[in-house]
Amino acid sequence: MSLKNISSWWQRAFNGPQSLGRGKVFWISFWAVTAILYLYPLLGGEYEVNNLAYFLSGLFLALGLSLIWGHGDVLSFGQMAFFGMGGYAYGIIGINLIEKTGNTNLALLGGILFPLIFALILGYFMFYGRVSGVYVSILTLVTTLVFETFLGQTAGPQWAIGKAELGGYNGMTNIPPLQLGFGKSVVLFDGIPFYYFVLTTVLLVYLWLRHLVNSKYGNSLVATGSNPERTEVFGYDIRLIQLISFAIAGGLAGFSGVLYVSWGRYITPSTMGLTTAALPVIWVAIGGRKSLLAAIISAMVLQYFTQFLSITGSEFALVMLGVILVLVVMYIPEGIIPPLARRMTHLLTKKKAAVK
Amino acid sequence: MQILADIFSVVYQYLDSISFLLLSALGLIIILGMMGITNMAHGELMMIGAYVAVIANRAGMPLPLAILLAGLVTGVFGLILERLVIRKFYGNLLQSLVATWGISLILSQGMLVLLGPSLPGVTMPLGGFKFGGHVYATYRVFLAFISLLIVAIIWWLFKYTKFGMRARATMQNAEVAQTMGVDTTKMYFAIFGLGSGLAGLAGALYAPTTVITPLFGTTFLAPAFVTVVVSGGANVIAGSLLTSGLLGVIEGSFSHVWGTFIGRLALLVATIFIIRFLPTGISGYLEARRARRK
Repeated sequence: MSLKNISSWWQRAFNGPQSLGRGKVFWISFWAVTAILYLYPLLGGEYEVNNLAYFLSGLFLALGLSLIWGHGDVLSFGQMAFFGMGGYAYGIIGINLIEKTGNTNLALLGGILFPLIFALILGYFMFYGRVSGVYVSILTLVTTLVFETFLGQTAGPQWAIGKAELGGYNGMTNIPPLQLGFGKSVVLFDGIPFYYFVLTTVLLVYLWLRHLVNSKYGNSLVATGSNPERTEVFGYDIRLIQLISFAIAGGLAGFSGVLYVSWGRYITPSTMGLTTAALPVIWVAIGGRKSLLAAIISAMVLQYFTQFLSITGSEFALVMLGVILVLVVMYIPEGIIPPLARRMTHLLTKKKAAVK
Repeated sequence: MQILADIFSVVYQYLDSISFLLLSALGLIIILGMMGITNMAHGELMMIGAYVAVIANRAGMPLPLAILLAGLVTGVFGLILERLVIRKFYGNLLQSLVATWGISLILSQGMLVLLGPSLPGVTMPLGGFKFGGHVYATYRVFLAFISLLIVAIIWWLFKYTKFGMRARATMQNAEVAQTMGVDTTKMYFAIFGLGSGLAGLAGALYAPTTVITPLFGTTFLAPAFVTVVVSGGANVIAGSLLTSGLLGVIEGSFSHVWGTFIGRLALLVATIFIIRFLPTGISGYLEARRARRK
């Protein structure tokens, strides 16, 4: 396989109508940023690396939401519920099995599969019941709130699964960190290894989703989002198309939850509250929901922004996020980043033309 | 006699659940059904109503007046909101959802910054009465009657006044209504104010029953939205009455036997099942049947 072959395979696999950056300049800068992120632990201190790993672990929420909302036009508030389910499932399995097996392989798997299956069930009732538009948003929101209420009242020893106590509003503690492998060769993902694990999975999931949205399935998902009746008349099963994207997003959110509890070693029901349920929606709406990369950039920038403002308490930061959200939805409904990207492409191509 | 006491206790529970659903959802249903706007800030409007009522009451205003004032203030607040933001989103369901969500975040977190995590509440008025060995709060029975009274007033407003006729015309077909001389923009403006005012009134009515915090609205949000989803937007009055009746009985029964949380859970499960088979909600189903009969 020559270099040219690889490059043309790459063009076919990861570029398409659903992605903004396609040219040479885009991919060169993409890999440059990736390289910088891989070198970051050599530059930053332990705290900065840990912090960045935490922010990166939230990206799966944003990526999943960009898939269902940005591409499928189904606004789900369920991402934080799936996040919590993933976190709790990982915690429960991990606490019970860590001493027996010495790894958290099954816990990781459960943390992804449990929310994914739950998303399939909820999605079945919604999409096969032909529930659409805002009603999906409302149902997913109510599910999130009920899930929070449920876990909030699980205080006391009677609410324990094996060794894992759910702990009500105080949350579940002593969750083991991510340890993957078999027998003696188990790798503990903590500190810098955890950072590399998260960074690599973000990269892989981004590329996979980018491939997915530009594939036949992705095009049919976008078609379903923009005009469900027309897509159905063309012979697509829009219920299945929507269900698949909903389940993928649920699984990704669950993975985020796994990383979150593995990073912080604890989880409380308030991670699924009304305020936190808004966060992925805010990130994706402000950045630009139709682009996976815009969702990533926006999620990273806004997480740093929130942390910066939260020095005096999180309320003020949330008010600011709310104001930005309302302004963006009112005046730049497609989000901030896509228009900027187009402007940049325009400038670059103009420069080229001038040189010629 | 024991049977009578048991029956009363169940009826009391039902009345409580039904009026809770009805009051918390009414403003939301009106705004959704008439304007096609999903108002995620509904809970925060209720919170504002509760704050106004409590603060006014503490300043010496009698509670009934304070509650009315709360409805009025929240209504005016809703009018301002409509002018500033909501106006941009007519006919755009998903965008309006996100925008009102942003507003809800600003209001709840802003209130947290402004007045702190909680406000000393008002004690529940009217005391209690004893029946068959149990003590019941008179105020909760009073709330049930108030909720019916409010629905009756809304029904009269939409059915027998010029405003109501114009509002219904706007809802059925805005373009035709416009050509017949109805100022639909003004109609939407007024309806959003009315829905907000009802939210504030409901929040104020429930203020004496619980602790007042900036997240006061979240308690009501899930039940209110469930009621709206099951009701659908096709017929505001019949839909909200039937739905809160049905869901109230479901929630009341489950929470009577297994406690509040199971009641809430039953509410969600019932909603998911109902919506699986009646995707346009109860009122949509009624409208479709009526259309078929014609």
